[in-house]
Amino acid sequence: MTTANLVFIVMLIALASYWLGIQRSIKVAGGKQQVKDLVSLPSQYGLLTAFWCGIPAILFLLLWSAIESSVIDSLLIDKVVLSADGQIQQNMGLIVNNVKLLAEKITLSEDISSATDIQLQNAQFFIALNEKATWLKTLLTLVIAVGCVSTILAKIKHSFHARNNLERIVSGLLFTCSGIALLTTIGIVMSVLFESISFFSQVPITEFLFGTQWSPQIAMRADQVGGSGAFGAIPLFVGTILISTIAMCLAIPVGLMIAIYLSQYATKRIRSIAKPMLEVLAGVPTVVYGFFAALTVAPLIRDFGLLIDLPIAAESALAAGLVMGIMIIPFVSSLSEDAMTAVPVALKEGSLGMGATHSETIKKVILPAAIPGIVGAILLAVSRAIGETMIVVMAAGLAANLTFNPIESVTTVTVQIVSLLKGDQEFDSAKTLAAFALGLMLFITTLALNIAALKIVRKYREQYD
Amino acid sequence: MVDIISAKSLGSNDIKIDGAVGEPFCDDAKMSMRNVDVFYGDNQAIHDVSFDLEKNQVTALIGPSGCGKSTFLRCLNRMNDLIPICNVKGSLQLDGEEIYGKQMDPVLLRARVGMVFQKPNPFPKSIYENVAYGPKIHGLATDKSELDEIVETSLRKAGLFNEVKDRLDQPGTGLSGGQQQRLCIARTIAVSPEVILMDEPASALDPIATAVIEELIHELKEKYTIAIVTHSMQQAARVSQKTAYFHLGKLVEMGDTKQIFTNPRHELTENYISGRFG
Repeated sequence: MTTANLVFIVMLIALASYWLGIQRSIKVAGGKQQVKDLVSLPSQYGLLTAFWCGIPAILFLLLWSAIESSVIDSLLIDKVVLSADGQIQQNMGLIVNNVKLLAEKITLSEDISSATDIQLQNAQFFIALNEKATWLKTLLTLVIAVGCVSTILAKIKHSFHARNNLERIVSGLLFTCSGIALLTTIGIVMSVLFESISFFSQVPITEFLFGTQWSPQIAMRADQVGGSGAFGAIPLFVGTILISTIAMCLAIPVGLMIAIYLSQYATKRIRSIAKPMLEVLAGVPTVVYGFFAALTVAPLIRDFGLLIDLPIAAESALAAGLVMGIMIIPFVSSLSEDAMTAVPVALKEGSLGMGATHSETIKKVILPAAIPGIVGAILLAVSRAIGETMIVVMAAGLAANLTFNPIESVTTVTVQIVSLLKGDQEFDSAKTLAAFALGLMLFITTLALNIAALKIVRKYREQYD
Repeated sequence: MVDIISAKSLGSNDIKIDGAVGEPFCDDAKMSMRNVDVFYGDNQAIHDVSFDLEKNQVTALIGPSGCGKSTFLRCLNRMNDLIPICNVKGSLQLDGEEIYGKQMDPVLLRARVGMVFQKPNPFPKSIYENVAYGPKIHGLATDKSELDEIVETSLRKAGLFNEVKDRLDQPGTGLSGGQQQRLCIARTIAVSPEVILMDEPASALDPIATAVIEELIHELKEKYTIAIVTHSMQQAARVSQKTAYFHLGKLVEMGDTKQIFTNPRHELTENYISGRFG
């Protein structure tokens, strides 16, 4: 029986044991009228029984699946070694794979005439082993499920606290779920970290951090032309900073002014229309912004450049930065607006009550009081800008120019990660590993920004009130 | 046995309010209000209220919750402008100038008629900046030393200077509740208003801080005209010279505080100050 079928059966047993638990508890109570004498509700006894049936059985299944293949492999290797001469030791992996392939052919009843006797023997052994394992797995799972159910059913008595037990199981489940998220994060960080370390063993970290030449081509053969790799990431950092700066120069003033208008001046009606519209802007997929940048904004900028006799590249940092700025306006405006709306009305009234005008009040009281929230919004927007890929791929190009000139073509960290991992990769080449090093840099940057944002918000929080 | 009953059940249905009794008007009026109606949308909060605020006197506005005394106070410096559905009718004058008239700039009006709020609301700035805020906005000081002087005098008048003189650069929000409220009073005084409106200025404070504030109000009336809304009848009796009693949006009785508390003319006033409801 396959694992999926087994899980399904365990679920059915759990469902049945839910019902059994309820019936058992009612019986223990002595009829439906006496149910109130029990310390817990019948449905809680049922749920507890179901959990006790399902969780151990499924945990056992998981454990079994994790170790099954390696146990079978080692048994198979023992057999192969017994049946063959000593010389084949070094090709063990290959032989085991051949045996497995043969076994698959036998079960699918394909042509096996080319196999030798020893191979056939080993394949039969492998098939038998697998069958045995499957039977054992099914048997043990069912025994565990039924055994747990009967134990728990026997435990149901007047004084059995199913409610509290259930509570513990639920909190355990919740803990497991949060553990999954945590472990995934740690896993990603570790994998990026280790690949980066192996990259830095091939390319010195000083070259990566301070080199000004980026051309990640590695020669396959010694005589290959143009294959001398250079992994100086400075042009990428500069490109990222340039585009993010252009984006923030647009997004911060416009976003802040939108926030001020919406939180302080707009009537309810205007706000009820404008806020959802801004949220739509935040929901537009970045690839749509990307072709908007490449097909509309970039040509516009170039035409404008021609008008004033300024040659502008078709793919310019300016086009990508401007469109990215538009993309992150909602991040700045929405969070800043929340921060400004959260400033107590009492402060606003206090200022107005002293004869300050509305704009003086905003400038001198509301904005300073909302600064933590606004800084948080801006840093979040910067993280978005640094991590943004699609717009830059489409509008700013791939050329790793080291320049601060916004009308030239530049490239960013994220774009280079995409182009490094595009197509076929080998995991031992510096070209592929460079993507991990860039990813690590990106991760460290955004992490630092997030920590800074948290620090600022925590430092200034509760200043008013 | 005396039942404590709510204002509503004792309300104007049982006892008629037929225009204000007592002496709502005076010769030496700083502000005079005539036939004022206030509406929140379709809901009328103030019905035909007329009285004067006498110059350099403390006038207490008392009455049960929801009687409109805070609403009325907020009309006197147009703080109700912030509420879009609020509509004020009738005549309100400051030294003969119409408060809701076309010529009146609400911003300048609020500099002349300052306000102290129920909950102390110092700005999240230093103590110095809190007091200097108004003078800076209105350009009252030409240089730093003049500003320093305004800040010091205002803090002195509010009875706070000696407590905070060593930490003027500390945030105003770090003071105790009573000190914060006196800081707010200093902040209001700093722009040299003519009238100070106080909306239950001591309701969030402990008895000792309250006593300090009341003492302060007593001194302030030498220079300013003060209107104070309060829930505490003892407070009204202690600090005010004139008392106006509001009930369900109407002015029931107004007169000298001593007379109101010893010999009220209207039945509702008597019920209220004798603690039958409120």
